[in-house]
Amino acid sequence: MAENILRMRRITKTFPGVKALQDVNLDVERGEVHAICGENGAGKSTLMKVLSGVYPHGTYDGDIEFEDSVAEFKDIRDSERDGIVIIHQELALSPFLSVAENIFLGNEREKRGFINWNETNVEAAKLLRRVGLDLNPVVRAGDIGVGKQQLVEIAKALSKNVKLLILDEPTAALNDEDSAHLLGLVKGLRAEGITCIIISHKLNEIRAIADSVTILRDGRTIETLSLHDGSVTEERIIRGMVGRDMESRYPERTPSIGEEVLRVEDWTVHHPQESSRVVVDAANLNVRAGEVVGIAGLMGAGRTELAMSIFGRSYGSHITGTLYKNGSPITTRTVGEAIGHGIAYATEDRKRYGLNLIDDIKRNVSGAALGKLSRRGWVDGGREAVVAGDYRRSMNIKAPSVTAITGKLSGGNQQKVVLSKWMFSDPDVLILDEPTRGIDVGAKYEIYTIINRLAGEGKAVIVISSELPELLGICDRIYTLAEGRITAEVPIGQATPELLMQYMTKEKD
Amino acid sequence: MATTVKDPHVTTTPPGVKDGFSFLTSRLRQIGIFVALLVIVTLFQVLTGGALLMPDNVSNIIVQNSYILLLAIGMVMIIVAGHIDLSVGSVAAFVGAMSGIMIQDWGLPWWAAFVGSLLIGGLVGAWQGFWVAYVGIPAFIVTLAGMLVFRGLTQIVLENQRITGFPEEYRQLGGGFLFPGLFPPETNLLDWTTVGLGVIAVALLIITQLRGRATRARLKLEDEPKAWFYTKLGFIVAVILGVTYLLAGSRSGTPIVLVVLGVLIVAYSLVMSNSVFGRHIYAVGGNLQAAQLSGINTKRIDFMLFVNMGVLAALAGLIFTGRLNSAGPGAGNLFELDAIAAAFIGGAAVTGGVGTVIGAITGGLIMGVLNNGMSLLGVGIDVQQFIKGMVLLLAVGFDVFNKRRASNALK
Repeated sequence: MAENILRMRRITKTFPGVKALQDVNLDVERGEVHAICGENGAGKSTLMKVLSGVYPHGTYDGDIEFEDSVAEFKDIRDSERDGIVIIHQELALSPFLSVAENIFLGNEREKRGFINWNETNVEAAKLLRRVGLDLNPVVRAGDIGVGKQQLVEIAKALSKNVKLLILDEPTAALNDEDSAHLLGLVKGLRAEGITCIIISHKLNEIRAIADSVTILRDGRTIETLSLHDGSVTEERIIRGMVGRDMESRYPERTPSIGEEVLRVEDWTVHHPQESSRVVVDAANLNVRAGEVVGIAGLMGAGRTELAMSIFGRSYGSHITGTLYKNGSPITTRTVGEAIGHGIAYATEDRKRYGLNLIDDIKRNVSGAALGKLSRRGWVDGGREAVVAGDYRRSMNIKAPSVTAITGKLSGGNQQKVVLSKWMFSDPDVLILDEPTRGIDVGAKYEIYTIINRLAGEGKAVIVISSELPELLGICDRIYTLAEGRITAEVPIGQATPELLMQYMTKEKD
Repeated sequence: MATTVKDPHVTTTPPGVKDGFSFLTSRLRQIGIFVALLVIVTLFQVLTGGALLMPDNVSNIIVQNSYILLLAIGMVMIIVAGHIDLSVGSVAAFVGAMSGIMIQDWGLPWWAAFVGSLLIGGLVGAWQGFWVAYVGIPAFIVTLAGMLVFRGLTQIVLENQRITGFPEEYRQLGGGFLFPGLFPPETNLLDWTTVGLGVIAVALLIITQLRGRATRARLKLEDEPKAWFYTKLGFIVAVILGVTYLLAGSRSGTPIVLVVLGVLIVAYSLVMSNSVFGRHIYAVGGNLQAAQLSGINTKRIDFMLFVNMGVLAALAGLIFTGRLNSAGPGAGNLFELDAIAAAFIGGAAVTGGVGTVIGAITGGLIMGVLNNGMSLLGVGIDVQQFIKGMVLLLAVGFDVFNKRRASNALK
C-alpha cells in the first residue's frame, strides 16, 4: 500500500441549522489523481475549504494529517505554505493585469519592495511552458480564453511549489479540446509527483484520469473506489452519488409533433463590437409544436449568440433574416416583443443572466410576466405567492418556502426557478440554453422530465447543449452548428455522437 | 418512468411559520434600524432632561428634516436601482430660485409657481435621466456634473442675490400648520385636528394590516409569526399615537409638511412593494442583465427614476424656500449627502437591489434626532459632523458584517 500524503479523519462542519459535513474521511495517496464526486450540496466544496484553510482550524471538528504531520491551517496562506493549492471553479485572475503579474500575484519577484520585471516575465514564461502554454507572459489575462486562463491558474499554483493541487470543476467552462489538454496536463503533473484532487461532475473524465474516486452524499463519505482495474463504471459511480440505480438517465417520451411554430430564415448576426465579424451565418431552422429540437455545437460556434439574437436582439449587431411564428413573419426587436410573441429564453448562465440572486423565489418566478399578476400597474402579491407555490410543488423546487432567497438554492433548484419563470410567461417556444449545466445527476433527470412535460403540452422546445448524450437522449431532431453556420439537420433516428461531432467540427469550404 | 426513484433530498422543511428566534435574526437589519432610532431618542431624551420630546421640539424635528426625508424617498429608489444622485441639493436650490423668479419677476400666482416648479424639477430629472439611461454615462458622473451645473444656474438666475418676501400661501407648505383656527381656542386642551388625523391614521393602519393578514391566511400563504405581527402593529400604533399626542400638545398642531410627507411615505412604500414599477426597480438593481432578459425596459425604469427624483427635489426646494421665506444661491448645500446617508443608514445596499422607503425615512430620522439632540446639548457643529460620519460608517459596517455572516452560513 502506497503512502498517504493526506488523511482527513471524521471531519464535521456545522453551519447554523445545517450539518454540511459529518464524519467525512478522505485518504489521498501520494502522487495519485484522486477524484471527488457527489451531487451538488453533497459537501465537496465545503470539504475542500476545510482542507485549504478557508474554514480555519477550530471551526470544524476532526483531524487533518498532511505529509505525516498534523495540519491546523489558519487560512489559505497557511495551507499554501505547506504546498496545498486550490483552484476554484470561478477563476480568480485579474483581467487587467498581465499573465505574469497574475502568476506571481501575492508572491511577487521583488527586491526591497520593487518588482524585478525581468525575473517575473522570464519565470512566468518557464511556468507557462510547463503547462503547455505558448503565450507571451505580458499579455493581459482578460485577453486570453477561459481554457488558457485555467492553465495560467495552474501555472500560478506551480509557482508556489505545490504538492497537492485541488481543482474544483476545472473543465466545467471548457470546450472538449481545452478539457483534453487540461486533463493531459494533470496526468503530466502526476508524473512529476504532484498529487491532485479533482472535483468534477464529468464522470467520463474521472474515469479517464483519476486513480481513485471518493463519493460524498449528503455530507457523508459513501465510499472510495479504485479506478485502476476499470471495473468501476459510470453507472456504478452514479449509484454511489444518488443512492439509487439509474437505469435510464433520460425519461421516456412518445413525441406527438404538430404544426411548425417558429421558423428562422437566413438569420445572420454580426459581432456587437467588431461588426465585420459574422457570428451567425445565414442560419435556417424550424421547430414544431410538441417537438424537442437540439442545437449542438462546440464552444464559440454561435449557439448562445443565435438564441439571444432571436430573443429580442439581446446579442449582436446588424441582424438580418426573418422569423416566422405560426407561418407569419414577426419581429423581435426587444425582449418584451419576443416575450409578447410567445418566445422564452432560459439562459446558460443563470447566475448572471437568469436570476435576481438577492431576491426570493416568488419574485423571480413572476419576473418575466409580472403583467399577468397585476392590474393597472399594481401587483397582486397574494396571487403571486400562490402561483409561485404551485410551481414550487409541481417543479419540485427544494426550498422551505417561496420566500427563500434564490442565491441560497442549489444549482438544480435555481434552474427550476428559471424554468418556472419562463413557464409562467406561457410561451409557445422555449429556448433552453444548457439547461443542465452544473447541476447534479438527480436534478438533471428532473429537468429532462420537465422538458418532456412541456413538449407534451404542445410547446416547441429548443435545447442548446454541449453534452451530446443529453441531446441524443431528449431530442427529436438535432441541428449542428459550426462557425456560425448550420451544418446539418439530423433526425434522432440517424444521430450518433460520431456523426454529430463530424458536422460540429466541419470547417468552412 | 424507467427509474427506481428514491429521492436523496428527503429533508423537507414544512412551509410556513419559522420559529420565532430564527425569524427575528432574519429580520435583524430591519429591526436593528428601528431599535437604533429608539435607543438614540431615549438617550437624548435622558441627556437633554426631557427637552427632546417636548411637543414643540418634536414639531421642530419634523419640519427641520422634512426636505431631507423627502429627498431620501427618491434617493433610496435610485440607490435600489444601483445609481446615485449627487445633484439633488443643487436642483432643490435651482427650483427654489426659479419659483422666486416666477412669482416676483413674472408675477405668477403661488399655485402656478408650484406647478411650474414641479415641472422644472421633472425636466431637470429627465435631462439627467436621459444621460444616465439612454447615453449610458454612470449616474455618479452625470449627477456630479448636475450638482455643478444647477448650482451654477441657481447663481446665474439669482444674479447672486437672494429672493425674499414669498406670498403667505407659498410659505404654508414649509412652515404652516393644519387648520390652526378650526376649533375655538377655549376647547384647545389638545389640537383636535391633530388628534383626529392620528386616530384616522391608526384606524386605517389596523384595518389594512388585519385585512392583509386575513387574505394571506385565506390563501394559505406563509406569514409572519402571530406574536411578531401583533407586537409590530402595537408598536407602530403606539408610536403614531405618541407623536400625535405630542404634536396635539404643541403650539400649533400638525405641520402641513408632515401631512405631505406622510402621504408620500405611504404612497411610495406601496409603489416600491406592490407596483409593477417598484418591483422592476428591485429587479434592475438586483441583476440588471437578468432584468433585461426578462423583458423589462430597464432604460425606461432608470429614466423614470430620475424624473421622479427631480420632482421630489423640486418639492423639497419649495418646502425649504417656503420655510426660510428665502431663495438663495447657497441653498440646499449638502442636502444630497444627508439624503444619501439616510438611505444607507436605513439599510440600502451600495450594490443596489436592497432598500426600503421606511428604512430611508428611519435613517433620516436618526440623523435628524442626532442633529437636534446634539444641538440641544450645545454640541458644536464640528463634533456633530464627526458623530454623524461615524454613525453612517458603523451602520453600513454593521450591514457588511451581517451580510458576511449570512454568506458564511450559506456554504
